[in-house]
Amino acid sequence: MTKTQTLKQGDIPANMGRRDFIVVASYAMAGIGLASVAWPLIDQMNPAADTLALASIEVDISKIEVGQAITVKWRGKPVFIRHRSETEITSAQSVQLSDLKDPQTDDERVTNPQFLVMIGVCTHLGCVPLGQKTGDVKGEYDGWFCPCHGSHYDSSGRIRKGPAPLNLEIPPYQFASDAVIKIG
Amino acid sequence: MSADKFSNPVVRWVDHRLPIFTFMDHELNEYPTPKNLNYFWNFGSLAGISLVIMIVTGIVLAMSYTPHVDYAFQSVERIMRDVNHGWLIRYIHMNGASFFFIVVFIHIFRGLYYGSYKAPRELLWILGVLILLLMMATAFMGYVLPWGQMSFWGATVITNLFSAIPLVGDSIVTLLWGGFSVDNPTLNRFFALHYLMPFLIVGVVILHLVALHRFGSNNPIGIDPSGPQDTVPFHPYYTIKDFFGLSIFLSLFAATIFFFPNFMGHPDNYIPANPMQTPAHIVPEWYFLPFYAILRAVPDKLGGVLAMFGAIAVLFILPWLDRSPIRSGNFRPIFRIFFWVFVADCIALGYLGGMPAEGIYVVLSRVATAWYFLHFLAILPLLSVIETPRPLPQSLSKSVLGGTALAGAASAVKEKV
Repeated sequence: MTKTQTLKQGDIPANMGRRDFIVVASYAMAGIGLASVAWPLIDQMNPAADTLALASIEVDISKIEVGQAITVKWRGKPVFIRHRSETEITSAQSVQLSDLKDPQTDDERVTNPQFLVMIGVCTHLGCVPLGQKTGDVKGEYDGWFCPCHGSHYDSSGRIRKGPAPLNLEIPPYQFASDAVIKIG
Repeated sequence: MSADKFSNPVVRWVDHRLPIFTFMDHELNEYPTPKNLNYFWNFGSLAGISLVIMIVTGIVLAMSYTPHVDYAFQSVERIMRDVNHGWLIRYIHMNGASFFFIVVFIHIFRGLYYGSYKAPRELLWILGVLILLLMMATAFMGYVLPWGQMSFWGATVITNLFSAIPLVGDSIVTLLWGGFSVDNPTLNRFFALHYLMPFLIVGVVILHLVALHRFGSNNPIGIDPSGPQDTVPFHPYYTIKDFFGLSIFLSLFAATIFFFPNFMGHPDNYIPANPMQTPAHIVPEWYFLPFYAILRAVPDKLGGVLAMFGAIAVLFILPWLDRSPIRSGNFRPIFRIFFWVFVADCIALGYLGGMPAEGIYVVLSRVATAWYFLHFLAILPLLSVIETPRPLPQSLSKSVLGGTALAGAASAVKEKV
C-alpha cells in the first residue's frame, strides 16, 4: 500500500509490464488447465478399448456358389463377399481405366479374382447398395446400385455412374485358408 | 447505466438490443459486495462450480451407461476399464457428489452462524433448503445407477420409507417401483429423473441468485452496508478471492480422485446387485448418515420417517424460529455456544448413522436426535427472547478498520486475524 503511494509516475510502466505478465501468464495457465480437462471429456467419445478389440472376424466362404453373394457384419458395417462368375471377372478385367471415375484395375481390388470382398457402403452418403440378392436391381453395369441417390457400381465394385466419388472400399483381409477369410 | 461503457462496437450494438452485457457487468463486475467477507463466503461459488462439474461429467457418463438391470453394472465397469479416460470421469462424478455435499454443508452452517436466513433473506434461505432437498434426491438416485449391492438395497430401503404413510403407503411404493420390487422399471425411471433433476437444481440456483442479488450478500458482522464506502466491486476483489478458494478446493478434489477415489464409497457397491441377499451392513452414503441416524432413532416406522423429513422441514421455517434481530453469531454470546454444540450434534449424528443400530448407539442417537429438534424448536426461539447481544459496530467500515480512519495496513492485518 505505502509503496504504491511513493511510486513516481515514471515507475508505473515498468510495474505495469510485470503485472501484465502475471495477468497473461494466469490466463495462459487457466487456458491450459481448461484444455487438459476438456480433452478426456471429448476423447471418451472415441471408440473404447473393447470396441477396438472386436475389430476382426473370420468368414467361411466354402458354401458360396458361383454367382452367389453373402453379406457379413464387420465393425458394424455390411461386408459384401461375392463368388464371381467367369463372365463377371472378364467384364471387370476388360474395362479401360480411362472409363473410370476412380481408376483402379480389377487386380488391385481382389486377392483371388473369384472372390470380391468389399465394404457394402456407398461412398456417396453411406447407404447400402442393392445387388447382393438374386432379383435385386444391379444397375447399368451388372454390379451394384445404390437406391438412395442412384450410384451404379460395376462387377468389381467400381463407381461408374452417379454421385458417389469413389469405388466401394476394400477392407483389409486375407485368406486364412482356401475356405476362410479373415477380415480386419 | 449507459451502453457506451463498452468500447467494443459489436458489444455496444448487441447490448443496445439485448442488454446481456449490462446485466453481466452489473451482477458480476461492479456488483457492490460488503468488503468484510471472509473465506466462508467462498462456498456459494464453490457449490455452483461443483454443480457444473457434476452436470458436465454426468452428461458424458450417460453416453456410455446402460440403464438396464442386466447391463448397468457391466456398463459401469466398462466405463472404468474400456472407455477412454472413463475411470477419471467416473471418479470425478462419484467424488464430486461428496465434495458437493461438503461444500453445501459448510455453506449451510455458514448461513446458520451468521444469520443469513434472517429478514430480508428468508426466501433466499428457503430456496437454498429446496436445493438441498433436490440434491439429496438426485444423489440418492445417482447412487442406484451402478446397480451394485448398495445401490439395490439402498433403493429398496429408501423407497420403502414411503410405505410408512398410512393407508396409501403401499400403493405409493408400488408406484415408485413400477412393479412389486426394485427392478428394471425402477432403474429406468431413476436414470431419467437423475438426468432431469440437476437441471431443476440449476433453475432453483438461478432463483437463489436473483434473491441473493436483491439485497446482496450478508457479511460476518451481519449489519447492512450503509453506503458505497462499505462495499467493494465484486470484480476483481471477490473474483480473485473465489478463484483462490477454488484452487484450494480443486487441489483437495484432485488429490482425492487420484489417491483415494474410493475412500468415501462403500466396497459392497462393487458387487453386482442381488435381490436374493442383503449385505450384512448396509449404510447410506456419508452425507445421508445424520438423517439416517434420526430415522433409526425413533422406534416407530412412521415416526422415524416423519422425524427424518422433519429434520429438513424445520430448516424451511428457521427464519421464523430464530426471532433475534441480530444476524451474526459474533454478537450473540449464548447463541454462539449453542451453535457449536449443534455442529457437534450433527457430526455425532453422522457418526451414529454409520454405526450398527444396537446398544449404546441407539441411546446416543435418541439423545442427539432430540437435541437436533430442541435446538431449532426450543433453544433458538428462547434465545431470541432472553439473550442480551453484544453492541454492534456502527458500520462495516468501522469494524473493518478497527475504529480508526487509517486505510491500507490496518485492514490487511485485520483480514488475516
